[in-house]
Amino acid sequence: MINKTVSNVQEACQGIKDNMTFMFGGFGLSGIPENLIAELVRLNVKDVTCISNNAGVDGFGLGQLLQKRQIQKMISSYVGENAEFERQMLSGDLDVELIPQGTLAQRCQAAQSGIPAFYTPAGYGTEVAEGKESREFNGKMHLLEKAFNADFSFVKAWKGDPAGNLVFKGSARNFNPNMCGAAKITVAEVEELVPVGTLDPNHIHIPGIFIQRIFQGENYEKRIEQLTVRKQN
Amino acid sequence: MALSKEQIAQRIAKEVKDGYYVNLGIGIPTLVANFVQNDIEVDFQSENGVLGMGPFPFEGEEDPDLINAGKQTITTLPGASFFDSAMSFSMIRGQHVNLTILGAMEVSQNGDIANWKIPGKMVKGMGGAMDLVASAENIIVAMMHTNRAGESKLLKNCSLPLTGVNCVKKIVSNLGVFEVINNSFKLIERAPGVSVEEIKTATEGNLIVEGDIPEIKF
Repeated sequence: MINKTVSNVQEACQGIKDNMTFMFGGFGLSGIPENLIAELVRLNVKDVTCISNNAGVDGFGLGQLLQKRQIQKMISSYVGENAEFERQMLSGDLDVELIPQGTLAQRCQAAQSGIPAFYTPAGYGTEVAEGKESREFNGKMHLLEKAFNADFSFVKAWKGDPAGNLVFKGSARNFNPNMCGAAKITVAEVEELVPVGTLDPNHIHIPGIFIQRIFQGENYEKRIEQLTVRKQN
Repeated sequence: MALSKEQIAQRIAKEVKDGYYVNLGIGIPTLVANFVQNDIEVDFQSENGVLGMGPFPFEGEEDPDLINAGKQTITTLPGASFFDSAMSFSMIRGQHVNLTILGAMEVSQNGDIANWKIPGKMVKGMGGAMDLVASAENIIVAMMHTNRAGESKLLKNCSLPLTGVNCVKKIVSNLGVFEVINNSFKLIERAPGVSVEEIKTATEGNLIVEGDIPEIKF
């Protein structure tokens, strides 16, 4: 067994520099790598490009990096939850590339799979298509979209083992599996790091080969963005 | 009387058939789930990675690891499954999802839809909407017929940045039900008490009215 364990978040973030491109798993605040984001805030790396479906909320998730103006560019599909984001974007301080959510997922998946580019119908005939090759297949127009090229991928799983095998929980899975192995280095933080052999190989969502570093995170807040409940009868 | 948002959702629910996998957008479309008939089997897909979505949780039973695409806490029903975002959009692009219901700021008479951006004003992003409209065979738009200034949102051409082209098949607005056909909006049903004349006035795009138009029944 190849051991991917690092002792803490500081060790997990070795080699991180200004101007790098990072991927972040998560949908809204669900399944985000909270410990790694906190460490990037502490390290105060600057001018980074972030690939993430969303941009956090004010003061939490990637909102913390925005607040400290560490982000130079965001590549996302939906950013509606963050006033600071909108302010920086409209003032021109933040470069933003909005792309369709399925295209975002597939550009991660393509990077993971060694597929340099792919065709998708999403965005044809819209401003997303500007500057992109288009081509007809089966009577329908498609756009050529390219795999991402990132330096670090930061993902969060429910359980993991020292081999880097990961298991996700509920809808906190989202982009995390697609980002594993989609950057030069993938760092996974897990709620529970279990001994090798504990996870049933049949139940592993992401095999450890895609992971370079793994550690058990601490003090998960797991904030709920839109608490919506129904009343007991 | 023009339809309320709940009534728009209630009318759209009649389009949901037994055995359908359905993706519901944020806003009025989310309400559709409340009105689907009890005697049919329908699975709701949420593009953040859930198939078999159930109702909102009871207070105290919410789980931060279980949300829908609107980031609301949800539950799952027996037979539900979780999956990653790439697989979720394989379901959507691969046309395994039968029906997509979403909102719109504008729709044009050739089926173009705009619902993601108001230049210089609202910059939220398209989320999964561009993937959904580019791939779904069956797209129903839930929308208000006019904007707050009273201007038509059913147009000859969309003025806002597009989400997709030639994709909308059917619209349920607060004034009626429309098919998008032959570069026109074809009036199928009208809201109870709303006249064809009122609908004509509120519709900028070509409107086709053939014969007597029945009122929507619930």
